[in-house]
Amino acid sequence: MTADDRFVYQAPETDEEYGVRSEIITGPVADWATDFSHLEPEWSADPYPIQDDLRQRCPIAHTERFGGGWLPTRYEDVAAIAYDTERFSSRAIIMGNWRPPSDIAPIGGSPPISSDPPFHQHARKLLLGAFTKTAISRQEPATRAFCHELIDKFEGRDVVDAAAEYAQHIPMRVIADMLGFPPEDGPRFAEFVESVLEGINLPPEDRIERMERLFTYLLDQVNDHLDRPRDDITSYLIGAEIFGQKLTADHVTGAMALLLIAGIDTTWSAIGSSLWHLARTPGDRERLMAEPGLVPTAMEEFLRAYAPVTMARLVKEDMHWHGVDMKADDWILLSFPAANRDPAQFDRAGEVVIDRQVNRHAAFGLGIHRCLGSHLARMELRVALEVWLERIGEFSLTDPAAVRWSAGQIRGPRALPLRLAASG
Amino acid sequence: MKVQIDPERCQGHGRCYDLAPSLFGDDEEGYGQVLGDGTVQPEQEREARLAVVNCPEHAIEVI
Repeated sequence: MTADDRFVYQAPETDEEYGVRSEIITGPVADWATDFSHLEPEWSADPYPIQDDLRQRCPIAHTERFGGGWLPTRYEDVAAIAYDTERFSSRAIIMGNWRPPSDIAPIGGSPPISSDPPFHQHARKLLLGAFTKTAISRQEPATRAFCHELIDKFEGRDVVDAAAEYAQHIPMRVIADMLGFPPEDGPRFAEFVESVLEGINLPPEDRIERMERLFTYLLDQVNDHLDRPRDDITSYLIGAEIFGQKLTADHVTGAMALLLIAGIDTTWSAIGSSLWHLARTPGDRERLMAEPGLVPTAMEEFLRAYAPVTMARLVKEDMHWHGVDMKADDWILLSFPAANRDPAQFDRAGEVVIDRQVNRHAAFGLGIHRCLGSHLARMELRVALEVWLERIGEFSLTDPAAVRWSAGQIRGPRALPLRLAASG
Repeated sequence: MKVQIDPERCQGHGRCYDLAPSLFGDDEEGYGQVLGDGTVQPEQEREARLAVVNCPEHAIEVI
């Protein structure tokens, strides 16, 4: 075994044992302008009418839940916050009942997404090369073959769950390959994703235990890579340096956690939402089957209209900002989905126009935290849709009420039963 | 007509090299690069305009 004392077994990541906890408040929302919660079922089922209403009557909504936070719904406010790293910190990016201590900045728990300038650019630069469009294109043949394999399994079936049996597996397989994790660990990844992104209102001891399971798994993978180094991102991070120093163990496992979690739930959601739209919009489905060359354009529209990712920020200091009084450590729920449906920014903002030519959407964020995996996500989404449209003829929802959406900041279908006219 | 990218604004979304691959490419970190001197031939004008209006960071200019 290669000696590397950074990764000697230690108590797993226990960030959640310090920092500040707020009271867990759940239950029906009284008024979305003063009591919003992205974790209530009404929001998961259909957040867009809520966001459209807020944009009209209270464009920066407030909540006392999660220890206090704000929800801007206009594109211009979302963009201003994304660009303003002086006033808004990324040291926490999942809005919940726990705030990490301020001294975790500027690195944060999962660099670079949790990092602020000036550290951010160094942590990001380490990873950019692995995620360029050119680098990602090398994953395309294997991704396409894997999509075909998934559809081969539908042989002879009338009804399939496109979220659980198709959309979910594609990003899991690709990111597992890139990180060098065993592909059969997919079910564990699903559990980690749910722990981090959906278990927000669980009691602290449950959250800590779930995070420990994730970081124990990641340390096991690091140790496996120390024993058997290979050409993948995990071995790369173990050997990488910033300012001439090897990364800390927390940086290595934090970045691995980021790539694993952010690489799965997001694209799973984007693929699922796109198929959900096509299942209930026969005109769009028929047009894309007739014109497969339109898929890249249509896909951008699906990303705009059903943007899967909402981020969060923490306010750095008390301030009066765009008409509201923000306090230090208030959350900002940074809704790219709401920005993407602002009629001040987009014509026919509430409609899905699959041949939209001007589409400056913010699905992958804006500014220095632009989604590192956007080229990977776009490749996976395009290939998943191309293969699905090529292999599956007509398809429709078996029952609109059977579609189940994820809770929290990443939104997409988690159950999507579809009736297939013919497969093969 | 010429295109140029403001490197201060570009964040590597890659819409320019997706939509106008004859005018833009990516560098080793994924940031957009103008190919050659950025001169836009008449038959490339539509591509150039698509790149401009789809850049989320407003980083592309036509001069």
